[in-house]
Amino acid sequence: MSVEVDPLAEQRNRQDPPPSTPPALSPRELGRWAWRQLTSMRIALVLLFLLALAAVPGSVVPQEGVDPNRTSQWQDQHPQLTPIYEKLGLFHVFQSAWFAAIYILLMVSLVGCIVPRTAVYWRSLRARPPRAPRRLERLPEHRAFETGEAPETVLEQARVLLRKRRFRSTVEDGAVSGERGKLREAGNLLFHVSVLLVLAGVAIGSLFGFKGGVIVVTGHGFADSLSQYDDFTSGSLFNPDNLAPFSFTVKDFDVTFIRAGREAGQAHEFSAGLDYRSSPTAPKQHTRISVNHPLQLDGADVYLISHGYAPHITVRDGQGHVAYSGPVVFLPENATFRSFGVVKVPDAVNQDGRPEQLGLEGEFYPTYAFTMRSGPFSAFPDAKNPAVSMLAYRGDLGLDSGQPQSVYTLDKKDLSPIRKADGKPLRIDLMMGQSTKLPDGMGTVTFDGLSRFVKLQISSSPADWLALLGVSLALLGLLGSLFIRPRRVWVRVRRDDRGRTLVEVAGLDRTSGGDLAGEVDRLATGLGAGPRAPDTAPVEERA
Amino acid sequence: MTHQQFEVLSNQAVAACAIVYFLALLAHLAQWAVERKVPASVEMREPVRVGAAGGRPSGAPATAPAGSSYEENGERADRFGRIGVALTVVAVAVHLVSVISRGLAANPVRVPWGNMYEFTLTATFVVAAGYLLLYRRFSLSWLAPVVTGFVLVTLMADVLLLYSPVTPLRDALQSPWLVIHVVAAITATGAFTIGGMASVLYLVKERWLARGGGSGSGYLAKLPGLDALDRVAYRTQAFAFPVWTFAALIAGPIWAKHAWGTYWGWDPKEVWAFITWVVYAAYLHARATAGWKGRAAAIVALVGLATLWFNFIGINFFFGQGSMHSYA
Repeated sequence: MSVEVDPLAEQRNRQDPPPSTPPALSPRELGRWAWRQLTSMRIALVLLFLLALAAVPGSVVPQEGVDPNRTSQWQDQHPQLTPIYEKLGLFHVFQSAWFAAIYILLMVSLVGCIVPRTAVYWRSLRARPPRAPRRLERLPEHRAFETGEAPETVLEQARVLLRKRRFRSTVEDGAVSGERGKLREAGNLLFHVSVLLVLAGVAIGSLFGFKGGVIVVTGHGFADSLSQYDDFTSGSLFNPDNLAPFSFTVKDFDVTFIRAGREAGQAHEFSAGLDYRSSPTAPKQHTRISVNHPLQLDGADVYLISHGYAPHITVRDGQGHVAYSGPVVFLPENATFRSFGVVKVPDAVNQDGRPEQLGLEGEFYPTYAFTMRSGPFSAFPDAKNPAVSMLAYRGDLGLDSGQPQSVYTLDKKDLSPIRKADGKPLRIDLMMGQSTKLPDGMGTVTFDGLSRFVKLQISSSPADWLALLGVSLALLGLLGSLFIRPRRVWVRVRRDDRGRTLVEVAGLDRTSGGDLAGEVDRLATGLGAGPRAPDTAPVEERA
Repeated sequence: MTHQQFEVLSNQAVAACAIVYFLALLAHLAQWAVERKVPASVEMREPVRVGAAGGRPSGAPATAPAGSSYEENGERADRFGRIGVALTVVAVAVHLVSVISRGLAANPVRVPWGNMYEFTLTATFVVAAGYLLLYRRFSLSWLAPVVTGFVLVTLMADVLLLYSPVTPLRDALQSPWLVIHVVAAITATGAFTIGGMASVLYLVKERWLARGGGSGSGYLAKLPGLDALDRVAYRTQAFAFPVWTFAALIAGPIWAKHAWGTYWGWDPKEVWAFITWVVYAAYLHARATAGWKGRAAAIVALVGLATLWFNFIGINFFFGQGSMHSYA
């Protein structure tokens, strides 16, 4: 049976089958046995399957490192499973000990295989092509013919022809041996070494890298320090002091929504204009970033992830003082940018001069529309008719409790809804530019302007070039190991009694599917053989 | 032509090529039905097979008396086979029209790889075109009913389940890497699929032989030997594997780095691309390992193909909202 032979596999097969039960031997022998098991092809295959299998839960169970929001949502919905999953590390499969165990064993197995293999290959590189077998006619392809040339001339011709066809060749005992395709094994080794390189690149990236998210309202700025991030994850060896000292201001944000047709409402393009300095002393530069076009700085890249609206809300308290004023980030909830947000007014004072905190919570509609059936909704994602609709609360916002609080939710534990005279909760509906009074002289709320915000991701993965180099080399090696065909050919010359020169040409492929017959034919023709007679293979001799 | 007209053209071309694939399938079924009457020992007339690979001189008079009904049936089978291939060529051409006009239907004009319907439309095209390209080289006439049947069924499922109207590309997809990444991924998918068909036939034939088949005259008897099936499976999958490596592990990460800021984020689609890669790596190793080559390796290849198609279609159904790759 003809099979492409993977030399690496061949090496492993040579060790196969290892004894299936450990012999009762000294620890040293036992270690040797375990090592041979680990570096055997069978175990390597099993480890590969385990690796594939172990990755599956990483796609089924939401992953903390991939989508933290979905993960916490899932955890809330499955209170019984969560602790079990937590123990098994199912929320961070790819950082878990058991996943690491599999790939580390696989890498050990790989190293245990390629190190001896490299030594063998190194020796074979310097070895001369193998001597011609005694009976060339037993090889898969064989031609024999007679010629009038002197044997030395034929051998010299054969050498020249082989060199042209990029064979390494040597002459020994009246025969030329040619060998080609040794790079197949080099490709094989390169592929396996490159896998280690990729692993190193990924490891460095995840140990020293970081990824942070920040929401910036247009007109506002950002300076790279930990306190400025809304969320931030980093590798265990990352040092926050190493954050690049860049800063930027989001000058403007452009978005085009498709207005007509069935794609109406889709964002066609969006981009943000940034003024940035790569360090406090560097000159100010301007750039535009959009999806697929990040800002690449020394030490970090800035990506535009998404966008939304930040209505300007002004709250005056019972004394008429401005207790809050500024843009409030409302997070988009659907494709039409109906958005949810809260306003926290910790410094409000009531009519009597006593502090009473206020909170507002509700929706923003960029293009406000209303029907009796659907209630309020946003008819279009662009800001054509912006409006806010919020419920108002009074009491304690819980900001002084010391517990960290999200700026996007209202802790209503110590808050009570502000009610209208008829006892119903007060809903503040404002079009842009409008203002409304709170009951009991608690003050006024004004919707006096609109900005947009951008969600940016700032991240750095230091050794990604190493990982990329690794995969590229792996691909190169792979191509070599799959498509280079190791091939050997021999030409033997003998002078017979009548003074004629008997030439034999034979070849052997170590992989199937190549045109070995063609190669041997060409060589024979080049050496002066006539056109090939049908059925030259000496069938009877073989039998 | 307006964009809408191109969209209509694309839809009609899909319907038309499905009909032609169906006719091609019928022709190939007729071919094999007629050939049942010819004993397997009579060599099939394949256009390029020079001599008899199995060692028997072609047309050995001992088993096929000249002028017998065997020979007549053999000729009829050949004719049906040629009709089938000709129809497949027509179908592939119409299929190509539907893919191209799908891209021209979008405003602005774009590559036709914006959603699952379009991916599947193109992947089936690659399978059919790949089969035609390799037809002569590997004497693939035995694969004809499988390929035409597969492409027909997949196209129908595509139209019935995945169809979506033409829309412009999302922002994230507007990148030259879309072309590079998707062309490579679809090419690999097509080649893996053809290899998988050979692996299925390998397993079926192996089982049939093990159960004492080998004397019949049906489709299985006319399949090439196990070695040849294994070789076709290996050659196509060994071609697909580096292409897949490039698509999933080089072009994908580079693009992801540009668009999302992380070159590898363990998104469900990425997880399964990785799984597919690992399983096919196992296949390449298994095929060269004592005790694994042959049957076990073919099964590994099919597991790999299952993960590939699950990733291609299944991820969008099961993890649609959780995947950044959900363009359905």
